[in-house]
Amino acid sequence: MLYPRPMSDKNPTDLAHIRNFSIIAHIDHGKSTLADRLIQLCGGLTQREMKEQVLDSMDIERERGITIKAQTVRLDYTYKNGELYELNLIDTPGHVDFAYEVNRSLAACEGSLLVVDASQGVEAQTLANVYQAIEVNHEIIPVLNKIDLPAAEPERVREQIEEVIGLDTSNAVEISAKTGLGIEAVLEAIVERLPSPKGDATAPLKAMLVDSWYDSYLGVVVLVRVIDGEMRKGQRIKMMASGGAYTLDQVGIFRPKKENVAALGPGEIGFFTASIKEVADTRVGDTVTEERRPCAAALPGFRPAQPVVFCGLFPVDASEFEDLRDAIGKLRLNDASFEFEMETSAALGFGFRCGFLGLLHLEIVRERIEREFNIDLITTAPSVVYHLYMTNGDMIEMHNPADMPDVVKIDHIEEPWIRATILVPDEYLGSILKLCEDRRGRQVELTYAGSRAMLVYRLPLNEVVFDFYDRLKSVSRGYASFDYHIEGYETGDLVRMSVLVNEEPVDALSMVVHRARAEQRGRAMCEKLKELIPQHLFKIPIQAAIGGKVIARETISALRKDVTAKCYGGDITRKRKLLDKQKEGKKKMRQFGRVDIPQDAFIAALKMDEN
Amino acid sequence: MSDEGSDRPDFGIYVHWPFCLAKCPYCDFNSHVSRNVDQARWARALARELEHAREMTGPKSVQTIFFGGGTPSLMEAETVGHVLDTIARLWHVDDHAEISLEANPTSADAGRFTGYRAAGVNRLSLGVQSLDAKDLRFLGRMHSVDEALDAIALARATFPRISFDLIYARPEQTVAAWQAELSRALDFAADHLSLYQLTIEEETSFARLYERGAFKVPDGPLSAALYEATQAICAEAGLPNYEISNHARPGAECRHNLLYWHYGDYVGAGPGAHGRLGGRDKQATRTLKAPGAWLASVEEKGHGIEAIEPISLAEQADEMMLMGLRLGEGIDPLRYASLAGAALDETRIERLTGDGLLRRLPNGRLAASPEGRLVLNAVLAELLA
Repeated sequence: MLYPRPMSDKNPTDLAHIRNFSIIAHIDHGKSTLADRLIQLCGGLTQREMKEQVLDSMDIERERGITIKAQTVRLDYTYKNGELYELNLIDTPGHVDFAYEVNRSLAACEGSLLVVDASQGVEAQTLANVYQAIEVNHEIIPVLNKIDLPAAEPERVREQIEEVIGLDTSNAVEISAKTGLGIEAVLEAIVERLPSPKGDATAPLKAMLVDSWYDSYLGVVVLVRVIDGEMRKGQRIKMMASGGAYTLDQVGIFRPKKENVAALGPGEIGFFTASIKEVADTRVGDTVTEERRPCAAALPGFRPAQPVVFCGLFPVDASEFEDLRDAIGKLRLNDASFEFEMETSAALGFGFRCGFLGLLHLEIVRERIEREFNIDLITTAPSVVYHLYMTNGDMIEMHNPADMPDVVKIDHIEEPWIRATILVPDEYLGSILKLCEDRRGRQVELTYAGSRAMLVYRLPLNEVVFDFYDRLKSVSRGYASFDYHIEGYETGDLVRMSVLVNEEPVDALSMVVHRARAEQRGRAMCEKLKELIPQHLFKIPIQAAIGGKVIARETISALRKDVTAKCYGGDITRKRKLLDKQKEGKKKMRQFGRVDIPQDAFIAALKMDEN
Repeated sequence: MSDEGSDRPDFGIYVHWPFCLAKCPYCDFNSHVSRNVDQARWARALARELEHAREMTGPKSVQTIFFGGGTPSLMEAETVGHVLDTIARLWHVDDHAEISLEANPTSADAGRFTGYRAAGVNRLSLGVQSLDAKDLRFLGRMHSVDEALDAIALARATFPRISFDLIYARPEQTVAAWQAELSRALDFAADHLSLYQLTIEEETSFARLYERGAFKVPDGPLSAALYEATQAICAEAGLPNYEISNHARPGAECRHNLLYWHYGDYVGAGPGAHGRLGGRDKQATRTLKAPGAWLASVEEKGHGIEAIEPISLAEQADEMMLMGLRLGEGIDPLRYASLAGAALDETRIERLTGDGLLRRLPNGRLAASPEGRLVLNAVLAELLA
């Protein structure tokens, strides 16, 4: 055997031989490939068991090359002095929507590998995560990946890392995760340069809940980092924030295959199961302690998940409402970070108003419902949470523009603002500045690192929530990267814009906009709907209105000619099949009065071209 | 007694001759270029397939026979005669049965006209397509304008009834130019005309050219204007439309085609022919498309049928509607209800009549208005989907 494999029932490793680390990287910069190589080199899986990107297990994760749930793997690494080290890798979610989860995963480690594509350089998302790592006092090892590519410019990227992040890159490790070059050096650097964790095995149990997910056989599986004390099978534990108490059924680690151990000790990362029914009972960042001998204080930094983007999800086929309820319930078992409540729309019938951590999160949930549960969905315009201050002194949180009360009862409205960091090659800077200004942005900072500009902007979230990211990518030909966090609420001159199709208001298309932007948005929306709604047998006026006042208008002209010139005995079957197809097509539309609106129009209508 | 309401459609036989001298670029019909056809062998095969059809229909009275193609005027008169004799042997053919044949207006085809008449054909339908030399070339036709006019004159002298086809809404065609061309055509017309707007059918050479942007066709509003101009001129000339693309002096309508639009029963013989048989127990038959495969099948099994598909009553109701609403006389709502098991949706009818697209006629029938006929596909979807 090449590598000594410890027994499954082994006891905790001593602190000096543990290293906990995470990998910070931009999408496509090679995080998953590097993780695979590390696992392979430490013998966690045989060649036959290696699948590409072992750690991203959901289909959607694999397809999009992103990580949604944190995962962990324990590596047994024999250092060159012959001693065996326990290296715990936490693979963190790689998207701004999951910033809090990233923060907790990082807090569970003492150091990180900063992986940068040597041909691409630092991206905004990397930057945001690296700052978080610095905040939790990580030791950071810069790793330059894809060094084998002809386009690799390690020197330029080193300079960039030093300039932008302020990290010393003199001992950066140069690797190619694809070919396996330099992987051993990464492992050595982890042992040599990352600090070992601290902790007290005899103190009361104190562990951080890093993530959790639902397994149909085991119930909820909880990923933890033990700080003090030990976790053993049969132990009674308690969650300090959510209050639940449980008996541990299984305690174990991932290699990445699940493996039970006798105990998890200080500094170690592993999982437990305790017949917990719902993921919602296990909150990321919570402190796990012993029921009878609790630790003195919970770990700092816990906060409950806070949805920031809301939208309505309605079944295209109204008869599938119960199936949708079932699907959402099942997804919620595994993802406590989204909220839902029933919603009734005059236009769309019964559905659910759902709250998400961000747009990607929204898309993932929607895609999983459509794919895993086979339900076609109509998604309504995403909305942020507005704070409505009423004249009677009340404050109402509004998640749905359709719920807007009578304006005379509103004193003022506040909306959430974000702080956005954008990295972009300077040739696209002009278009990005224009985009930010168009979206009511306020510039905070503009600095250069080589030929890349770093822009910091404050922006209202409602201008970003819909298609800002798409626009950013399109005006920069994909070169701009973007990251944000919510900063707080500010008063805004906001109004509700309604849309009328054939004189009838369509509630699912109403939205809250800034007064100064209303006319432009209204016009764009009417123009878009004119393209999206097919011609009918009559002309269809489309109007955008604020209160009773129409601010934009378009008309879809009536169909003038749609008839088959020749139709004889040999054509009947074909014509009937065409009619059947039209019947099918009608099912994919929603009827508003006499107008059929295609299901995808509700979202597509909001996309602004701005050209 | 008929289960099918007030319509008592005729029963007819369609015979497909799949061969052409050249494939026209707009044509998506089942046609094949071949110059050496063993006509005696084909005549025997058609006869055998008709015998098989007789087993399916039982004894019936035939009111209409139609030779379509391809180019049926490439058939020798003897071949036509053999087929007609076979039909007369198998079924009872009415004394006043309409027997039509489609012909190309070339001088070679015209040489066979007297033979066709002698064989029993009493109605000729000529594929003139245009009276403009340039457009005839664009349409890939092998005849000249003069040849076409000669063929019309000869056909009028030979057959009791004739019709000819024109294709309009051609690239770059203006309303004025078409009005002039149509007026000239009316001078030569007898009592029936088929006027088709050019349609770019899939998998034709026009489709490939069109996708490449080699030419454009009139857009919705222009094509509507061309259609309306056509209706006005023909009505003025005493040949109002009785179907979307067909015009006749009242009483001179093509009975065989009316049979389709009345959704009656018909036999389809020859390669790629469709049939509808069985009344309320409707079956759709379809024969093999490729001439060689059809011929082999007939010689081996006695028929070239590739598929027989039962048509449910609900499907029959839809088929009857999409055919019947093409006609000026419209459909009988009771017949629809008897097939569909439920009446047409009154609110939908109200809406469409309110929009001026449908009309209730004094005799209780429901018809598309002239405006409604122009958007019939959408009207059908609105009414039935």
